[in-house]
Amino acid sequence: MAMQLQCKNLVLGYEKNIILQDLNFTVSNGDYLFILGENGSGKSTLMKALLGLNAQISGEINFCGDTNKNQIGYLPQQTITQKDFPASVREIVQSGCMNRCGLRPFYNKQEKQLALDMMEKLEITHLAKRCYRELSGGQQQRVLLARALCSARKMLLLDEPVTALDAKATHEMYELIANLNKKDNMTIIMISHDIQASVKYASHILHIGGKQLFYGSKIDYMNSKVGQAYFSSSGGDIYG
Amino acid sequence: MAELWQTLIYYFQFPLVQYALIVSLLIALCSSLLGVTLVLKRFSFIGDGLSHVAFGAMAVSASLHTVITIENDMILVLPITVLSAIFLLRTSQNAKIKGDALIAMISVGALAIGYLLMNLFSNSANISGDVCTTLFGATSILTLTISEVWLCAIMALLVIIIFILFYHKIFAVTFDENFATATGVNANAYNLLIAIITALIIVLAMNLVGSLLISALIIFPSLSAMRIFKSFQSVIICSSIISVICAGMGIILSILYSTPAGATIVVADIAVFLLFSLVSCFMTKRAHA
Ligand SMILES: Nc1ncnc2c1ncn2[C@@H]1O[C@H](COP(=O)(O)OP(=O)(O)OP(=O)(O)O)[C@@H](O)[C@H]1O
Ligand SMILES: [Mg+2]
Repeated sequence: MAMQLQCKNLVLGYEKNIILQDLNFTVSNGDYLFILGENGSGKSTLMKALLGLNAQISGEINFCGDTNKNQIGYLPQQTITQKDFPASVREIVQSGCMNRCGLRPFYNKQEKQLALDMMEKLEITHLAKRCYRELSGGQQQRVLLARALCSARKMLLLDEPVTALDAKATHEMYELIANLNKKDNMTIIMISHDIQASVKYASHILHIGGKQLFYGSKIDYMNSKVGQAYFSSSGGDIYG
Repeated sequence: MAELWQTLIYYFQFPLVQYALIVSLLIALCSSLLGVTLVLKRFSFIGDGLSHVAFGAMAVSASLHTVITIENDMILVLPITVLSAIFLLRTSQNAKIKGDALIAMISVGALAIGYLLMNLFSNSANISGDVCTTLFGATSILTLTISEVWLCAIMALLVIIIFILFYHKIFAVTFDENFATATGVNANAYNLLIAIITALIIVLAMNLVGSLLISALIIFPSLSAMRIFKSFQSVIICSSIISVICAGMGIILSILYSTPAGATIVVADIAVFLLFSLVSCFMTKRAHA
């Protein structure tokens, strides 16, 4: 399998305060990587660094092969809360197609259709004309997910995608992402606190806490000390 | 009433009056187009700072008149303002420097230096009149020269075309800059573009409303539109309509009652803002009832 992303001796932090160090991992085409760790362990920081939003203190982040940033989709952890931003759901979902346009000024037919399809998929078609800031938290999350799906062609990075969703939507969301991963061979990198889901869906696991505590396949993780400690401390039943 | 109508018709026989009206409408359109983005990106203070820089540049240009002849003040004012726009944008993105303090410094500094230069070097008999004109706009839009009219028209068209071509990108970068950057859109380049267009608009609008009132021309129509409309596109369309109508009304009223054009236009913008605020209050009340 072709390697898509590689991190070498990566050190991350803010203003010289080191939050994470010794990160060494690779992501290959079609992987489904779960990033686990406690609150404040630096998961979001890591994801932002992968996306080029935060500069690293040292080390390397390399996209390899034919993967580039124009083929990435991203769901941020915080939903944007600019108070009076006038933007309709449709405008926002469509803006996910921006990275397909290059210098072309307007969206073409396929891109508009893609936005409609994604809204359909996330069951927000009826909200298309509504103002984003007047939606509920879960609805806003679906809108941003639809946008992320529009921009993802090879890789999808999700920062706690199910936090605001109800049980049914959570399940559907996981199935949707698993489907993208299997059918469209989309690489998934997901931050989550949901242990059951990681056991069920992940192919690889990256566990962080100050440094890289574990990186490897799911099976190896479940048999590792770190993994078992994490599972028992969070009361999860690994084989459930 | 009939008398006023007669006066109006009399004035509009002059080609220069017609041109002036067209140019004002174009300027109003441009400034409202970008206003929405500037307000949402919290860039409106940059616009304010820039307008003072433009005043300073104008003063420098005016005092150079004593040494060399300058065909059109914009030759100097435009590049200085554009460069300041880029500079202000860069520093406001750099969290380590207190961006707002720097902008305040630059804008007040430019005002002081500009006023000083005008007093020292201007050979005009009526310095305070000149200063007043630069700050609040010409008392009559009719004092525009034909070369200024053409330059304004061309620049305004340029801004409108750029805005239409980059509309979706400007939306993406305004709504969520992080997402745009993360997915490989060059947000910095578009921020730069927005800053440059802002500078262009400010230099343009200086002729119409003067440098102190430019911010009003930029922010009032978009704030009014945002009271009522909820999608980006409808806000942009509504604010450009408001801006054009207010500018047209302002110009006509200023001709009829010989009031200063800039101030009249801004007062019209304020009136619309109050009206829209009332309507939006009424709408939310109804929605809750
Ligand atoms: N902009 C910032 N400036 C300085 N420090 C920050 C900034 N953002 C986060 N941090 C710090 O970095 C550490 C990691 O934050 P991060 O958001 O990456 O955690 P996380 O693993 O995503 O947590 P959670 O599970 O709550 O989302 C925290 O200690 C936080 O205080
Ligand atoms: Mg986080």
